[in-house]
Amino acid sequence: MTLNGHLFFHSKMKSKILGHNTNWQKFVRSHTLYAWLLIAPAALFLILIVGWPLVETVRLSFTDAGLGGEKYIGWQNFEKLFKSRKYPGIVGRTFYWMFLSVSLKMILGLIGALLLNVKLRGRTTFRVLVMPPWIVPMAIGCIGWLWLYNGHFGIISGVLMHLGLLDGPFSFLAYKTSAFYSTVVTDVWIGTPMVTIFFLAAMQGVPQDLYEAAYVDGASRWYRFRRITIPQIMPVIVTMALLSSIWTFNSFEIIWILTEGGPRGATTTMIIDTYKMAIANYKFGYGATRALMVVILLTVFSLIYLLLLNKVNEKFKIK
Amino acid sequence: MGRFNIFQKILLYIAIAVFMTFILLPFFEMFMASLRPLEHLFRSPYQFWSDDMSLQAYSDIWVTVPMLGRYIFNSVFLATVTTMLCMSFVIPSAYSYARFSFKGKRISLGLFLGVNMFAGAVLLIPLYKLLRTFGFLNTYAAMFVPGAAFLVPTGIWLLKAYLEKIPIELEESAYIDGASRMYILRRVVLPLAVPGLIVVAVATFIGAYAQQFLFAITFNQKREFMPLPAGIFEFIGYQTVKWNQMMAASLVGIIPVLVIFLFLQKYLVEGLTKGALKQ
Repeated sequence: MTLNGHLFFHSKMKSKILGHNTNWQKFVRSHTLYAWLLIAPAALFLILIVGWPLVETVRLSFTDAGLGGEKYIGWQNFEKLFKSRKYPGIVGRTFYWMFLSVSLKMILGLIGALLLNVKLRGRTTFRVLVMPPWIVPMAIGCIGWLWLYNGHFGIISGVLMHLGLLDGPFSFLAYKTSAFYSTVVTDVWIGTPMVTIFFLAAMQGVPQDLYEAAYVDGASRWYRFRRITIPQIMPVIVTMALLSSIWTFNSFEIIWILTEGGPRGATTTMIIDTYKMAIANYKFGYGATRALMVVILLTVFSLIYLLLLNKVNEKFKIK
Repeated sequence: MGRFNIFQKILLYIAIAVFMTFILLPFFEMFMASLRPLEHLFRSPYQFWSDDMSLQAYSDIWVTVPMLGRYIFNSVFLATVTTMLCMSFVIPSAYSYARFSFKGKRISLGLFLGVNMFAGAVLLIPLYKLLRTFGFLNTYAAMFVPGAAFLVPTGIWLLKAYLEKIPIELEESAYIDGASRMYILRRVVLPLAVPGLIVVAVATFIGAYAQQFLFAITFNQKREFMPLPAGIFEFIGYQTVKWNQMMAASLVGIIPVLVIFLFLQKYLVEGLTKGALKQ
């Protein structure tokens, strides 16, 4: 029964049983009021904690707010930002960081879900064991990686030295390139479990008779994966990719704990840059401009993603 | 249908082992580090096993950082309050979205989910001002108020999917019997929704426990209110980093959330994925 059907049924029953006529219009309207009343606390709370700060960020970005007060300065912050020679590098790095990390999360999540979906002994245990990076506080997980990346005593450097791939101790977070990829690996580690679990659930939702029919027709395992599993779980893949991109773009803790954006800015993403400018340097106005850029670029990215998705769906006639 | 032969099975187990190694290696290494005395930790090259391992660090941590117990308590307390605050907003709205058709439903739901676009890190400056205005800075509220806000949208989404599955007829008959709407929500819907409420509450708790770092380091300077993810860095001293103790404290600090997870993991995994995959 649809919701409208329910309301109709409802009002008819009520008038029948209570023996008076209820105005259907009035009834729906009172429902609307009641529905909004239930939502109001959450809506007001979020308007206060997220909505107002967002508006305030826009306002601040046109001021020179700092520790000593603020005044309106028009577009100066934006001009300064666009003229800054470092900023394009930070933006590019952020997108590269996000692209790398999200792709790896998707690939590893898919592989993990496939492995955990096979009927093997111990499957239930593996499914539980995959969760810890997701549920443990990010800061704690990062401390573990801080230890792994340690040059003198960390296991990664140690194993590579044993294998003869490294001549001496190598501190992964001390050099620009290795620090960048190290933060990506840690971010992938934290994000993969969730992707795995959601892909796994999607795979379990694929109707079994599709596989049976393909099997009877002699389709190979690879063919069944390519032609049944992937198309069937595609909606979950594209949703996860978008959500994961947004979270990765906004990721703060991992980089901050591992490198604080260093060495020499090698891991400074837009979020880290914003935090440094606003909180560490007390440049609230200029920091707000940078924060606003994060919001704008993320919104544009999401819109383009959804638009492209629509185009692709139309082209391939996916519902 | 297409069974795996023994050779393929061995390959699959190897692949699972590699995957699991990636997932669990940091925890394993943290545990190994926590067993070694500090001076032996700094031994190059890396050694897998040595005979000087002990649980000494697990008793030392409480001496090195006397407030450690307080930090862990703060983390659990903050996560609990965050969850309660969050659920008190989530329950009525999720019910409203699950049951009623009304003007602005789609748009408002979209706006709620849009909150996921903004990280706390982007809104720190205005949030700081806001919390200062309310006098929340350097109190627990400085952490659980913004913490709860960013968990509300996901909570609504998950609980809505669950509530939609509860048959509407029960509410109808209660309504016809003359029950008030509030009574229906409290006495008819919520008791039926208990499993879903548990899933959403546990997911919120885990999220609240996991994401305490940013708001703690930015909005709170008082050590007595510090949660573990911020307080743990006290093991990094001016001269030395007490790695073994830091690892021991980290592992002790994740016990609360691991216990909750292990008890409820079956419902959690099922509920999270079912709720989220419905659309």
